[in-house]
Amino acid sequence: MYQLKAVEKKFPGVHALKSVDFEIKRGEIVGLVGENGAGKSTLMKVIYGAYQPDGGTVMIDGKAVRFQNPRQAMEKGIGMVFQEQSLIPNLTVMENIFLGYEQQFVRLGVINWKAMSAAASRQLAKVKLDIDPATVTSALSFAQRQLVELAKVLTLEERVDGDLVILLDEPTSVLAEDEVKMLFAIVRELTKRASFIFVSHRMDEVMQLSDRIYVMKDGAVVDVVPQGGATVEQIQHKMVGRNVDREYYREQRQKPYDASKVLLRMDGVSLPGRIKDISLKLHAGEVLCLVGTEGSGREAILRTIYGMRTPVAGTLQIKGQAVASFNPQAAVSAGVGYVPRERKIEGIVAGMNVFENMTLSQMGRYSRAGVLNVTAERALARDWIAKLSIKAHSELADCGNLSGGNQQKVVLSKWRSGGSDIMLLDHPTRGLDIGAKEDVYEMIRDMSDDGVGVILVADTLEEAIGLSHSIIVLKDGAIQQRFDCLPGAKPTLFDLLHYMI
Amino acid sequence: MKRLMTRENAIRWAPMLVLIGLVILFTAINPAFLSQRNFARIAIAAAPALMVAIGVTFIIVMGSIDLSMEGTVGLTAVLFCFAFLATGGTLAAGAWVAIPLILLLGALIGLVNGLVHVRLRIPSFMASLAIGFVGTGAAVLVTGGDIVKIDDDTFRALLTWRIAGFPLMIYVVAALALLAWFIQSHTTLGRNFYAVGGGEELAHASGLNVRRVRIMGFVLAGVFYAVAGILQVAKLGQAESVSGANFMFISITSVVVGGVALWGGIGGIWNTVVGVLIVNVINNGMVVIGLPDFLQDGMLGLLVILAVVLSTDRRSISFVK
Ligand SMILES: Nc1ncnc2c1ncn2[C@@H]1O[C@H](COP(=O)(O)OP(=O)(O)OP(=O)(O)O)[C@@H](O)[C@H]1O
Ligand SMILES: [Mg+2]
Repeated sequence: MYQLKAVEKKFPGVHALKSVDFEIKRGEIVGLVGENGAGKSTLMKVIYGAYQPDGGTVMIDGKAVRFQNPRQAMEKGIGMVFQEQSLIPNLTVMENIFLGYEQQFVRLGVINWKAMSAAASRQLAKVKLDIDPATVTSALSFAQRQLVELAKVLTLEERVDGDLVILLDEPTSVLAEDEVKMLFAIVRELTKRASFIFVSHRMDEVMQLSDRIYVMKDGAVVDVVPQGGATVEQIQHKMVGRNVDREYYREQRQKPYDASKVLLRMDGVSLPGRIKDISLKLHAGEVLCLVGTEGSGREAILRTIYGMRTPVAGTLQIKGQAVASFNPQAAVSAGVGYVPRERKIEGIVAGMNVFENMTLSQMGRYSRAGVLNVTAERALARDWIAKLSIKAHSELADCGNLSGGNQQKVVLSKWRSGGSDIMLLDHPTRGLDIGAKEDVYEMIRDMSDDGVGVILVADTLEEAIGLSHSIIVLKDGAIQQRFDCLPGAKPTLFDLLHYMI
Repeated sequence: MKRLMTRENAIRWAPMLVLIGLVILFTAINPAFLSQRNFARIAIAAAPALMVAIGVTFIIVMGSIDLSMEGTVGLTAVLFCFAFLATGGTLAAGAWVAIPLILLLGALIGLVNGLVHVRLRIPSFMASLAIGFVGTGAAVLVTGGDIVKIDDDTFRALLTWRIAGFPLMIYVVAALALLAWFIQSHTTLGRNFYAVGGGEELAHASGLNVRRVRIMGFVLAGVFYAVAGILQVAKLGQAESVSGANFMFISITSVVVGGVALWGGIGGIWNTVVGVLIVNVINNGMVVIGLPDFLQDGMLGLLVILAVVLSTDRRSISFVK
């Protein structure tokens, strides 16, 4: 039904798509996997018309087409679900859903809000989201926004006669487990009406959902695997071109932490509506994992430590000093580093290049009397580009043009190279391929060896268990239980889940 | 296979190409345009405007706007004359102190501007517009509407002493443009402007003191406005309360024409230099080819629209993953 033949795409210095053949049949769910920077997002952008291919043909039902922009692709039934950022936060849900297509509700130049609201409710019902269409979008949770995105794309159903192709680029990376399940159920149900392309770095999800899986490496499709046609390991091997270490979380490198050296101490800290009476300690060399569902207070704890929130009760001590004024500047100078999960807003500055982004939080170390030592900055960036195999043509590459996973690597290098000894990592491996995840796990162990204390909010429970010395389970903003995680005597998934819900 | 004419390259070089195209166009219509004398004339006209435009570039890169330039230039020009006269009336007699004094005054006006904007949380365009009016008002007050003249040959050497056909002030301006470039690309302050303009949230989350960066930006801009004020005096030998007139439109037009994005983070000093040259070449060219007065303003207006179309195109190179 939808076909790409020998499609090419080049950027200055990057051959992003090399003669890619791609096909999707009616009602099919196609998975798309590959390393960071393999070209998945680029391929998606070609499909929905944001990029024009430099060569090859795009065909729908055997007829060659050429889209100048996403709107033309939409008219042919191709829609893209973005990761939350394509919704305009200060508009209401219904305004977002019908953005650009308000005309249908206009009578004599006036928008009939009632009709729009009713139509929006119908769209929201398709994704089983029960919210008032007049809600302002910024008030929604990540998961809800994701579903609103999907609902928005599904308006194509009414507008287009032919088949629909819906693209999902890493839709699950910000979702909690039950939300992922719900999304998958909805997607499966919708295959009656639409085909899906699904990009994710979570292999199990891809295997579970897709009818066929395309494997990309360095801009080319290296294999197409039917459902059940290969194991996770085999696919991963094809993606990275080598075997992936079985000892994934580097447990053998987990050494006991220095219990005599307390880096950080929270006593009875409360933030109304977010966390209550939180007390915890972080030691040198310790990896402390905060586990809980979305909204359980994990993020609020990190943000309080980083000075982005001021608690109403309790005290926070960093290296024995009570924190008096809560702001990121004070936190950074006390040696705290923070890798946020919203990398697009808080992670990198698009428009600034790799080295500028890396030294943003530590310019003082690379300058004398306000004059920067650009040579040293660039050397640092080159070093980290090599260390984490960041795919960028050089340290002068604009960070906004890097693939999602490579942006994440830049953020990690920024804080790791900054010499912070208290690291707050919120989903540090989000959007990373398995090879890069290994690098990050290795990096976390290195940090422990260097006496850095890490507070981690992990991507999965397995990751939390595998990496941590201690786990704190949170629920509704309060600490439920603390676990010690000695290698060989780690708590099980079940142990944790028991306290989470 | 390497394509030179990618969209990105086209956008980057567009202002430069426009400049070259304009020179060719005006020369074709009137060959007298392409003469050293005329170029010197363009350079002199452009010199104070360039200082103002560079000042406001820092602010625009931060994603803010500063509209106080007319008042600041007017007030600093007038007070420079008074200070110059009060401290001896000639450079040799010690009136050179007026220069650092007035630069300091520029910084001070910028500081007030920044403080009003940041501390009182008033949008920068509103705060600076108001400060600008205060500046103009103060200039009227101290001069009583009169013209203040200074007459010192050593100081006027800025205009009269020529090296390779260009007056001394052109070299001063070139050196200051270099300094501005250095600040932009080799100091933490310059980097901070880009960080704030490219993502204020992120700059904050990286531990930068965003409010201080903003205030410093206005201080720096104020100093450059003061330089423009002094150059105005050097150029005309006199100052009055309206010495700063027209600088707002010219400088912001130039910055935008040069390809500095109004939403911040993109472009820099070189864009501004090219932009100022474009605007001044057009102004001069329209006179040289004998375009009637009443058409000149309209042309300039059309140009702004054209340039904004060219430079806003960059927005589509977004960072959607
Ligand atoms: N607009 C652009 N300009 C220049 N290079 C680009 C641009 N967009 C993508 N690239 C480059 O193309 C390559 C493929 O990027 P793409 O975003 O498709 O990777 P991806 O497979 O989605 O990776 P990830 O898993 O990290 O999201 C990368 O090397 C990236 O730097
Ligand atoms: Mg991607």
